Amino acid sequence: MIEARGLTKRFGDKLAVDGLTFTVQPGVVTGFLGPNGAGKSTTIRMILGLDVPTAGSVIVNGRPYAEHAAPMREVGALLEARAVHTGRTARNHLLALAATTGISRRRVDEVIGLVGLDGVARKRAGGFSLGMGQRLGIAAALLGDPATLILDEPVNGLDPEGILWIRTLLRDLAAGGRTVFVSSHLMSEMALTAEQLIIVGRGRLIASVSVADLTRGSRHSVRVRSPQAAELGAALTGPEVTVTTAEAGVLDIEGLDSAEVGRVACARGIPLSELVPRTASLEEAFMELTRDDVEYRASATAGLAGAGRNA
Amino acid sequence: MASTTTGRGTQAPAEVRVTQARVAASEWIKLRSLRSTVYTLAASVIMMVGLGLLLAVIALVHLEAGHGLGSIGPASLSLYGAYPAQLTIGALGVLLITGEYATGMIRATLTAVPRRLPVLWAKLGVFAVVAAVTAEISLLVTFLASQAILSGQHAGTSLSHPGVLRAVLGTGLYLTIVGLLGMALGSLIRNTAGALATLFGVVLILPVLWDLVPAQWAAQTARYLPSNAGQAILQVHPAAGTLAPWTGLALFGAYTAAAIAAAALLLRRRDA
Repeated sequence: MIEARGLTKRFGDKLAVDGLTFTVQPGVVTGFLGPNGAGKSTTIRMILGLDVPTAGSVIVNGRPYAEHAAPMREVGALLEARAVHTGRTARNHLLALAATTGISRRRVDEVIGLVGLDGVARKRAGGFSLGMGQRLGIAAALLGDPATLILDEPVNGLDPEGILWIRTLLRDLAAGGRTVFVSSHLMSEMALTAEQLIIVGRGRLIASVSVADLTRGSRHSVRVRSPQAAELGAALTGPEVTVTTAEAGVLDIEGLDSAEVGRVACARGIPLSELVPRTASLEEAFMELTRDDVEYRASATAGLAGAGRNA
Repeated sequence: MASTTTGRGTQAPAEVRVTQARVAASEWIKLRSLRSTVYTLAASVIMMVGLGLLLAVIALVHLEAGHGLGSIGPASLSLYGAYPAQLTIGALGVLLITGEYATGMIRATLTAVPRRLPVLWAKLGVFAVVAAVTAEISLLVTFLASQAILSGQHAGTSLSHPGVLRAVLGTGLYLTIVGLLGMALGSLIRNTAGALATLFGVVLILPVLWDLVPAQWAAQTARYLPSNAGQAILQVHPAAGTLAPWTGLALFGAYTAAAIAAAALLLRRRDA
């Protein structure tokens, strides 16, 4: 269980994390979602005691992380930037971390097998691909068989087989009663892995919802194509109904379901060539939520095109 | 709520607690699992042993040709490798800390030991033992071999002569403290180039610059500069204007202790 209360971090005059309050429950995978620069990594660093909060507090399994007598047994962490000495072999890296809290060599070899690094465990980590580096980081997180796992962007650099592996692993760990907290900037990935979502933008909490609720609450619309689109649009009136023209002969209707639209068209004898119910994808729901909170937006596409001409 | 976590909780049993001894064991694994550590230590040994023996052979040839040893004594001659070795041992001290910052390893280290200070004590302790053992053995072996070479011309000395044993062992301690100063600077500056430049600046450049100051106070205070104070112990017969051997080494140790205290304070406070 992770509990953050008014967690705030200021770097100079930039507020990286702004009064975050949330709770991460055991037993489910909780996604920590937000655009790049939203403060996810800083929040995770504060949970682990690497950064000191400017204000507020965060506790893990009942107390601040640094106050646990055996922190690696409580929390396993994968940090976004690689936290491995490039000159040391994967196995020696894990042995050194394990030694701090008396974890056996057998457990070290066990996690090496678990993440599939047997073949390269005695090779220096500096030569690892991004995906192998992620696996080594996950091995380090699992060393202490912790009750809580905190993983910053774990699917980064993994191949499709690796992504599937981590999804299954995280679900299994959560099903075993652990607290699993996973950050990502990809809604589509979180939709497949997480049950709960904590969504942030520009350091502030935007939403703390379940994936199911987010889908349910998102916009539904009906798209119709008709040679008499204008006539149909005029007929579809109501207090909650909005009709927009997507292109010539195509309407997007919100506030009515496809059955009602079909009934109205039939009653007026308007022919339809297309009638499609549409649900905003989670990706769209996420974009909708974070629209005003994106830190870095590609606003100047014209400028980019100009640069392209010069190149 | 979480059935699999029962028995873990906050009251961790003694066999899984993070202890100072365990952190030291971890740092020992880290130290010997890096090639750069091994190479740098080997380079230090080669300089101490190689330069000492080379100078002994040159002196022997010189003596056989009928010349004297000059102002440099037979003991100092065999300890001469300490001058270049202070650079490699100092650099190793710096690298053992800044290497972790450069690669990001420090975040894994401090996540495993979030109280942080045990990491600094373990690094200092493990390195001090390794550096001291390496330096003392190298210097003793070099001293004995050099004197055996020089005894061919009856120019050797022995550990039983006044000041000789102190100089041999003291040189190893001086080198160890240079390494610890490197660690403290590495921890304060957290950048390899910056920490190396500062260490070499303090140990090598500062005394030279001080000598350039044309003032009475500069001449009178030069002996209190860190490396001047520390190197007093390298001489069998203390030169005029230097501190007494152990006084000088103690002062050098005090400067280093102050740097370590500052490093500890900042390690506690700064974001990693």
